[in-house]
Amino acid sequence: MFRPPRSGSVQGTSVRARAAAATAAVALALTGCAGAGAVGGGDGEQIVVAIVSNPQMQDAISLQDEFRAAHPGIDVRFVSLPENEARAKITASVATGGGEFDVVMISNYETPMWAENGWIENLQPYIDGTDGYDAEDFVPSVREALSSDGDMYSVPFYGESSFLAYRTDLFEQAGLEMPANPTWDEVRELAADLHDPAEDFSGICLRGLAGWGEDMATMTTAMNTFGGGWFDADWNATLDSPESREGIETYIDTLRSYGQPGAATSGFGDCLTRFAQGQSAMWYDATSMVSSVEDPSSSTVAGKVGYVPAPVAETESAGWLYSWSLAIPSTSEHKDAAWDFVSWMTDKDYIQLVGEEIGWERVPPGSRLSTYEIPEFAEVSQAYADATLESMNGATQESAMTHDVPYPGIQFVGIPEFQDLGTRVGQQMSAAIAGQVSVDEAIAQSQRYAETVAETYRAQEGQ
Amino acid sequence: MSDTTRAYRRRTTGGVLTTLTWLLAIGFFFPVLWMAMTAFKQENQAASDPPTWFFTPTLDQFRAVIEGGSATYVGNSVIATGVSTVLVLLLGIPAAYALSIRPVEKVSDVLFFFISTKMLPVVAVIVPIYVVAGQLKVLDNIWTLVVLYTAMNLPIAVWMMRSFFLEVPGEVLEAASVDGAGLMRTLRSVLIPMVAPGIAATALICVIFAWNEFFFALNLTASRAATVPVLIVSTMTSEGLFLARLCAAALLASLPVIIAGWVAQKQLVRGLSMGAIK
Amino acid sequence: MSTSTIDRLEGERRQARKDASDRAVSKAEGWRRRGPLLPALIFTVIVTQLPFLVTIWYSLRSQNLLRPGEDLFVGLSNYIDIAQDSTFRQTALNSVVITLGCVLVAMVLGIVLALLLDRPFLGRGVARTMLITPFLVMPVATSVLWSIALLNPTYGLFNWVLGVFGIEAVDWTSTYPVTAILMALVWQWTPFMMLLVLAGLQAQAKDVLEAAAVDGAGPWRVFRSITLPHLRRYIELGVLLGVIYVVNTFDQIYLMTAGGPGTASANLPFYIYQRAFLGFDIGQAAAMGVVVVIATIIVASAALRLIFRSFEVKE
Repeated sequence: MFRPPRSGSVQGTSVRARAAAATAAVALALTGCAGAGAVGGGDGEQIVVAIVSNPQMQDAISLQDEFRAAHPGIDVRFVSLPENEARAKITASVATGGGEFDVVMISNYETPMWAENGWIENLQPYIDGTDGYDAEDFVPSVREALSSDGDMYSVPFYGESSFLAYRTDLFEQAGLEMPANPTWDEVRELAADLHDPAEDFSGICLRGLAGWGEDMATMTTAMNTFGGGWFDADWNATLDSPESREGIETYIDTLRSYGQPGAATSGFGDCLTRFAQGQSAMWYDATSMVSSVEDPSSSTVAGKVGYVPAPVAETESAGWLYSWSLAIPSTSEHKDAAWDFVSWMTDKDYIQLVGEEIGWERVPPGSRLSTYEIPEFAEVSQAYADATLESMNGATQESAMTHDVPYPGIQFVGIPEFQDLGTRVGQQMSAAIAGQVSVDEAIAQSQRYAETVAETYRAQEGQ
Repeated sequence: MSDTTRAYRRRTTGGVLTTLTWLLAIGFFFPVLWMAMTAFKQENQAASDPPTWFFTPTLDQFRAVIEGGSATYVGNSVIATGVSTVLVLLLGIPAAYALSIRPVEKVSDVLFFFISTKMLPVVAVIVPIYVVAGQLKVLDNIWTLVVLYTAMNLPIAVWMMRSFFLEVPGEVLEAASVDGAGLMRTLRSVLIPMVAPGIAATALICVIFAWNEFFFALNLTASRAATVPVLIVSTMTSEGLFLARLCAAALLASLPVIIAGWVAQKQLVRGLSMGAIK
Repeated sequence: MSTSTIDRLEGERRQARKDASDRAVSKAEGWRRRGPLLPALIFTVIVTQLPFLVTIWYSLRSQNLLRPGEDLFVGLSNYIDIAQDSTFRQTALNSVVITLGCVLVAMVLGIVLALLLDRPFLGRGVARTMLITPFLVMPVATSVLWSIALLNPTYGLFNWVLGVFGIEAVDWTSTYPVTAILMALVWQWTPFMMLLVLAGLQAQAKDVLEAAAVDGAGPWRVFRSITLPHLRRYIELGVLLGVIYVVNTFDQIYLMTAGGPGTASANLPFYIYQRAFLGFDIGQAAAMGVVVVIATIIVASAALRLIFRSFEVKE
């Protein structure tokens, strides 16, 4: 009689069988749970909210119980991802009508385009029908940017411009003074004075990470203020014009001479870490930086920072305009419930809630004018409130550019192709910052990319 | 050379080799150790210059991750991984049988076909899959992931299990067929027990790949079907510090697979070396 | 007719019937053999080939998700664009470099580690446990860990160690992006190669090794003439599986360098992803996918035939 070779076979069978049975049992049990969950858990509606995982948004998630208390019939599920992932997902979903989300977080970049495509709901009727919502209270430049034909298609959660942060203590120590409206040349001089690479201390921190919303945001404002830009009024690409070139070269040279190491992969987060850990004398970036920079629990420089408007050259102002806002996709089947949530997260009471529950430094800035009237907030925001409001009010094309352009947007070009174009150009610039290509090569290649896009628009205009 | 000298030489070389092994082991393990340490730090300790070696450990990050609502993610990962692995075995074992013991005519062509499905970059098909899934209304559905993970792991499983079946001695099979056993009986009572370590190894590989899979999960799920890797990425914020929380989430997320791997490593090696019994 | 002819004819008819029934049996047998294979085969065809066909269809159109209403049939123009796209060529080159680099280094390291682990010493199990862990930890997490905790120019551990030796800080992900990615990939895949080779080492027939030792062969001789040839099958399997998986690497590129600076470290999957989810140019992305599949199949069939030949020999 043949005996199978020794291989622990009997043991093997039972172990394997048990493992398989266990897995199946667990899977079935969880299927049951997940199945029930997916159906919608009993009474009430369920809405899915897609947001970007920034600190202010994470605060909103942590406060969701307040919303539930006020609206017991609505169950909110959050999808929170980092900016690039969130954007890609939200755009793919809304553009293909995937219908996964009832509320999406977009910005003043998408709003005008998507409104035109009919992808998002006109919110004006909802606004008008909600007492005390007070859409007039929104910062005017922001409200304008989120509207199409006078109706708002998304409402701001927070708004920002860009300004220059500097270490008041170090300036005092070195006997330097920051002008009230610095120019790029003045900023370069100051950075040169304070730059100390031996101590791992940089004169300034600037973005260099490739991305239409990363390095191209700051760099575009530099181009703008020197009189350059992406396209002129006739849809010619102008990245290689002398003015644009000056802006780009100034930016890149400042970064390479007095900027932080690892510049080519430094985004907002990296610069924030550096500046908040005290390794940089200045930082030109979003006004929303204050939530973290002025927070003593994560920043070593809280209270030692001054703020002035963005560096200029030929223009009155240079700060950008950006707002994370909430919109309701047209495919949503729970629009009323979605509006309940949207209005909760963007009305005056929410600001109060964050201030009281979490802290007044964490209040979403730059969306409502009334926020700056609240005494507690005015107190903590003394250092930056004026600079912020000044920057946001000055964030208009008239103020930040020297010539007319055929598209909306200051630090971006409000056309669908821009995410791609901006990122490709951003990659070229990032490579130039890293020294892998020369600035001239980067500009030449970028101009080519921009021209391809410009052609399509010129053809359209020609019709 | 005398015996004692040779023995002494062997011991010193042995000592050197053992030291080298330990150095390499510690070197490879160190990043994981650092990740574990960072999970117990505060954010500003996690990314500090110079690195923080000594600190008071805190459970804050773990608390934040768990309270942030991780049950759904874990549940989804368990379903996607568990069910797909079971399906892979159910489909793959008979297929491996048909490619080894009672082989079909064109074995190498079939094997090539299976492997070729893994050469298709997932990125290329993701958009059609996304659009089709959207139209079928199966986006953000855990069963979509189950199907995709099964297809993802099946070729490798078939390949691996086929080579294990090939190691089964012919006499065993003849004896079984002489006894009049049909396919199912042969499989169940004779073959599977013999290659059990190999099947365990295959299952573990499938579990590792399915549990850690990120790309499909990122693009095809939203709130209901999101798995653990998506949870990890969502701790990353572009404005602020997050390294400590990410490490805490990553540690918790990797624990099941790490434990499975540690416990089953002997099985794994044994399974991969089936045929050692000579 | 004579009885012998009748017998002969009778014999032929019997043979013919037997042949026919044999063929019938072997047909039935053929289907019985295919039976167990069919579920897996049909499942794979449906789930992988159908999407691929749809991809081919998309590749012949000029669809951009963000400009609805412009979906036209454009034939092969997407493919022509790809042929002229220098970035595509660069990312293809990156793919080759990253894949071959990772697989070769991981395999060599894996062999060394497997040999070291094949000797008995105190705590061997612990050492082996430590060595397989990199393969078990979630790649999403380790990618971020590598780029932020280890390779960050300001507070990364690598530069801290370099600083201890007085060497200037290196900006890894900016200056050496491909190297940075390779480090993370090799770290992840070495345990996999190590396990395969270890399995091969432990599958060696002990009596052959003993006989060689008795014959006075030194350890290096034994390794070269007995162990290495025996390991060949395991090494080939490791290389094949490694290439298949590493060529599709996405997580590390996405999370460590985002393909940058510029597109210096982008590989094909990442570039296709950017076309599809950043540019939302579905036609282009699909066409690139098709090109990659065809290229991989050509390369792989050559490689696989080689491996199969060595496998056939083994059996």
